[in-house]
Amino acid sequence: MKNFKGKEFILEEGIFADLSIVKAWKADDTGNLIFRKTARNFNPPAAMCGKICVAEVEEIVPRGSIDPDNIHLPGIYVHRLIQGEHEKRIEQRTVRKREEA
Amino acid sequence: MPWDRNQMAARAAEELEDGMYVNLGIGIPTLVANYVGDKDITLQSENGMLGMGPFPFEGEEDPDLINAGKQTITELSRTSYFDSATSFGMIRGGKVAAAVLGGMEVSEKGDLANWMIPGKLVKGMGGAMDLVAGVGRVVVVMDHTNKHGDSKVLKECTLPLTGKGVVDRIITNLGVLDVTHKGLHIVECADGVTREDIINATEAKIV
Repeated sequence: MKNFKGKEFILEEGIFADLSIVKAWKADDTGNLIFRKTARNFNPPAAMCGKICVAEVEEIVPRGSIDPDNIHLPGIYVHRLIQGEHEKRIEQRTVRKREEA
Repeated sequence: MPWDRNQMAARAAEELEDGMYVNLGIGIPTLVANYVGDKDITLQSENGMLGMGPFPFEGEEDPDLINAGKQTITELSRTSYFDSATSFGMIRGGKVAAAVLGGMEVSEKGDLANWMIPGKLVKGMGGAMDLVAGVGRVVVVMDHTNKHGDSKVLKECTLPLTGKGVVDRIITNLGVLDVTHKGLHIVECADGVTREDIINATEAKIV
């Protein structure tokens, strides 16, 4: 417990993982990553806490083909890249009917 | 007649004001989005999205576009995406005006238990602990009693707490109650429900 300005907070140590495994959308060959929509979630923080980070991506593109302004996670945090084959599943498919629109 | 799920959601939507950033929890709170009408509300999803849109049309679902309850959703012209650190930064930093959450138990002091029942599988506590600690106003929407007919509005919660003294207002199938420093205060009764009905169904002190 630590008191900041009269309020009690729980102060926890940061997590350092031996290995972090994340999933991204695109990587360039230097490990710069882009995630897609809400699939970003806790992937960047998880990647950053790993001593070794393995990123599985849908596509590896040559360096220079991602605008540096659009990189979500710099390659310094990424040590291995795997280009996987992805069958992208949906856990809870929720839809609305056309006539409601 | 006590309110049904949709009537509870509609009543909760009345809590929201134009221009608010709001986080809706899983279950009945998700239905609140259907009742905001013309109000300009930006919905936050703690898995990293501001400006959450409605469910997609069939065939337009995107596996990379889900809410915190893992349901497929859509984006709007105002939408932004971000990682969990930014998401919880805005929640803990008090940027989100209100949260509408489900509840298992609420105490008369505004303690909330909504994340686990000991012995049952917990998928995860989600963002509730951060939400109740960080957002401006916490509204809990839940049934007044459990399936055995026991009050979920208690003097003291029995389940592990999500937050202490965090709930501002409770909306149940029987009516609307505010948490005050003296105890619970009945703000509104559902149609056909009396104050006595609520008092009889409530274990906590009503003032």
